[in-house]
Amino acid sequence: MKTRHLRLTACAVALGLAAMPLAAQELRIGVASEPSSADPHFHNVGPNNQLRRNVFESLVGTDETQALLPELAESWRPLDDSSWEFKLRPGVKFSDGSDFDAYDVIYSVCRIPGVPDSPSLFTTYTKAIAGFEVPDPLTLVIKTDGPYPLLPTEVSTWGVISAKANGVDGASIQFSPDGCGDLAYPATQAFNDGSAAIGTGPFLMESFRRGEGVTLVRNPDYWGEPAPWEKVEMKPLTSAGPRVAALFAGDVDMIENPPLQDLDRIKGQDDLLAVQGISNRVIYIHLDHAQEPSPMITGTDGKNPLKDIRVREALSIAINRDAIVDRIMGGVAVAAGELLPGGMFGAHADGDMPPPGFDADRAKALLTEAGYPNGFGITIGTPNDRYINDAQVAQAVAQMWSRIGITTEIDASTASTFFSRRNAHEFSAYLAGWGSGTGEMSSPLKALLATPDKSRGYGGTNRGQYSNTAMDDLLTQALATVDDAKRQELLREASRVAMADWAIIPLHFEVTPWAMKKSLSYTPRVDQYTLPYDVRPAQ
Amino acid sequence: MLVYLLRRIAQSIFVALAMMVIVFFGIYMVGNPVDILISPDATPAEIEATMERFGFDQPIWMQFLTFLGNALQGDLGRSFVHGEPAVQLILHYMPATLELAALGLFFSVLIGVPLGVYAGYKSDRWQGRAIMTGSIFGFSLPNFWVGMLLILIFAVELRWLPSTGRGDTVEVLGVRLSIFAEGGLQYMILPALTLALYKASLVTRLARAGTQEALVQDYVKFARAKGVSETRILFVHVLKNIMIPIVTVLGLELGSMIAFAVVTETVFAWPGMGKLLIDSILTLDRPVIVAYLMMTVLIFITINLIVDVIYTLLDPRVRISGAAS
Repeated sequence: MKTRHLRLTACAVALGLAAMPLAAQELRIGVASEPSSADPHFHNVGPNNQLRRNVFESLVGTDETQALLPELAESWRPLDDSSWEFKLRPGVKFSDGSDFDAYDVIYSVCRIPGVPDSPSLFTTYTKAIAGFEVPDPLTLVIKTDGPYPLLPTEVSTWGVISAKANGVDGASIQFSPDGCGDLAYPATQAFNDGSAAIGTGPFLMESFRRGEGVTLVRNPDYWGEPAPWEKVEMKPLTSAGPRVAALFAGDVDMIENPPLQDLDRIKGQDDLLAVQGISNRVIYIHLDHAQEPSPMITGTDGKNPLKDIRVREALSIAINRDAIVDRIMGGVAVAAGELLPGGMFGAHADGDMPPPGFDADRAKALLTEAGYPNGFGITIGTPNDRYINDAQVAQAVAQMWSRIGITTEIDASTASTFFSRRNAHEFSAYLAGWGSGTGEMSSPLKALLATPDKSRGYGGTNRGQYSNTAMDDLLTQALATVDDAKRQELLREASRVAMADWAIIPLHFEVTPWAMKKSLSYTPRVDQYTLPYDVRPAQ
Repeated sequence: MLVYLLRRIAQSIFVALAMMVIVFFGIYMVGNPVDILISPDATPAEIEATMERFGFDQPIWMQFLTFLGNALQGDLGRSFVHGEPAVQLILHYMPATLELAALGLFFSVLIGVPLGVYAGYKSDRWQGRAIMTGSIFGFSLPNFWVGMLLILIFAVELRWLPSTGRGDTVEVLGVRLSIFAEGGLQYMILPALTLALYKASLVTRLARAGTQEALVQDYVKFARAKGVSETRILFVHVLKNIMIPIVTVLGLELGSMIAFAVVTETVFAWPGMGKLLIDSILTLDRPVIVAYLMMTVLIFITINLIVDVIYTLLDPRVRISGAAS
């Protein structure tokens, strides 16, 4: 972590020495989706978090592989089983000139649970916080109930706002997980109109206009290397065709998510380039492990064949993942053997957990062995506007399953309908995707495969109702292991247990493309964010 | 006149209410907004708490009664996605749509009327036929295709005009508008042309039919006998007489242009109400959709009313029923 940081600094210094033409200091980005608000705590969703990182920083930052980096905290360490100590960066100022200290963090955590009208609160990432201690203004001790290794990761997901700027004396805050008493908080509207947009980040928010975009300007007093751009415009160009056209027309310098079919054309242009990198999002098919009869299975006399491990294996190895990646994803995807790409925390090293090999004959034999020599009928539910080529992928899987004798149909619908139906357990098999918000294996395992348990927050998206106590135990143990090496091993084992049980069918990891002028460079991020601070003028 | 107005207003209230019921229950059937809006990482307990905050844990009729009660007090609710009052959100997007529609309308008259009058004048010659054939394209080419084609030609290849977005704006009476801004108008030309194309062919056809009919009238013959120039006959005498059907149709079309410029706004990333509607449908943002459609009803009714009034100005023989007494 340290060497990386040094390398970054060295790189930035080199950049600073190179004379940069003034004209190049403006950057216009065409983004694929629009933030619903400029309030850092209003809506826990990708586009908002992407915007937030420009203006409001977290204690801990993440690099392009979602590994943790020092941000507002210079270092952190567990003190004992239920406390983490964060040493805060001295000399950091908010954009109104006030100093950043530990009380601003407490104030931010106080605001998060009570943001009015929020469609998705950040409490997911603050609920583990049981209390604070402030030995000195630049040291913050966060208390948790029991060992909580994910704390540094979770504090990287929300931004810190200033207590002083909002007229609150930080030292007087009485924190309790149930509320902090009667504190004054800025309204969401005040962030949108810019009056409360006071952060420590590399950019200041000049304007936030719905439908038209966000304008950022460089924060001249930023504690780190100043941003390479004097002014950044992020324009929402939500449909893909016009987004690419805007790049070709020179109206924007860079776009997110150019459609796969246009990548070759972009690469063929003299003045444009495309970069791509694996994302933390796995596309999978989940199977109904519980309902009997299962709602969309026919020809089994009411039995649910998916409860048989042989059937599940057959379904998985009947899929030719390489063909899907090649033909349907145009090579812009990576076949998956587990739920997180190799090399990320808790995933196996590349090659240690390869995608299951395609073997239709063995799949047929397994079906016969399981008592379904003539197969059965099943319908795959899939959204058709949520993931890259989602319905086409489901279509391909349906054909591959049909080839081993399982008559498969597709039920494709728009995301708003699909997710409600899926959550009501209407499907026997469904295609969906999962991006690991924390960048480690515990996220997909906990959400997709852990036995649903409301009190522990397990299995929130386990709509196949898979249950395996061996895996649950390993996961629980991992989630209480602060030692990184040990936790990584436990998570790998939990993943192996689930995959050996053919609990879920991972298909592929999405690869995120960006397209831009040749005069720019950008390192792809697994979290799919487009961060103007990291967009560099090419050398 | 007053009776007439009151009757129209009563009608519109009824239509708006019916619209509210249909849309409210229709969107409710599609799915649960929380499933889309909440972070996938949220725990089941958090999902439940969010449902409660938005009142989705209540039975549907209860939710509707609450909504209706607030609506009757003029509060159509807050957007689930943006946390802002739905009406305020729509008003934010409205100026962009209105100015685009106005420019589109202007273009369609500018293109359609001269072409139509000329085509009517030369209806049995090749010029007239060519114009009529050309207008078929205006009808039949899909909006998004025309839009993409214009972008490709004028923005990507020729680089004369910007491809997407809104550009600079100036404040006019507290409303931000592009049409008067130096760096704004150029952004409007392509989308306005796209919007205008269909209407222009409609106007062409109406103007042609009207001109053909008018040219055989006695007053034209009389004017010709008097030695009035053909140009003056066409663009003064004939034009006046053919404007009534054109104004009627354009009035109605203006409504649809404002309310359903969805495709054009999407293609050009124009931050208008159409785009808001599409986004709201995709995220099941019920308050915004209901408010939007109720507003649409209101716009249509208002425009019809204005058209009726313009009639009386254009043709003194037309009297609004109820006014005679």
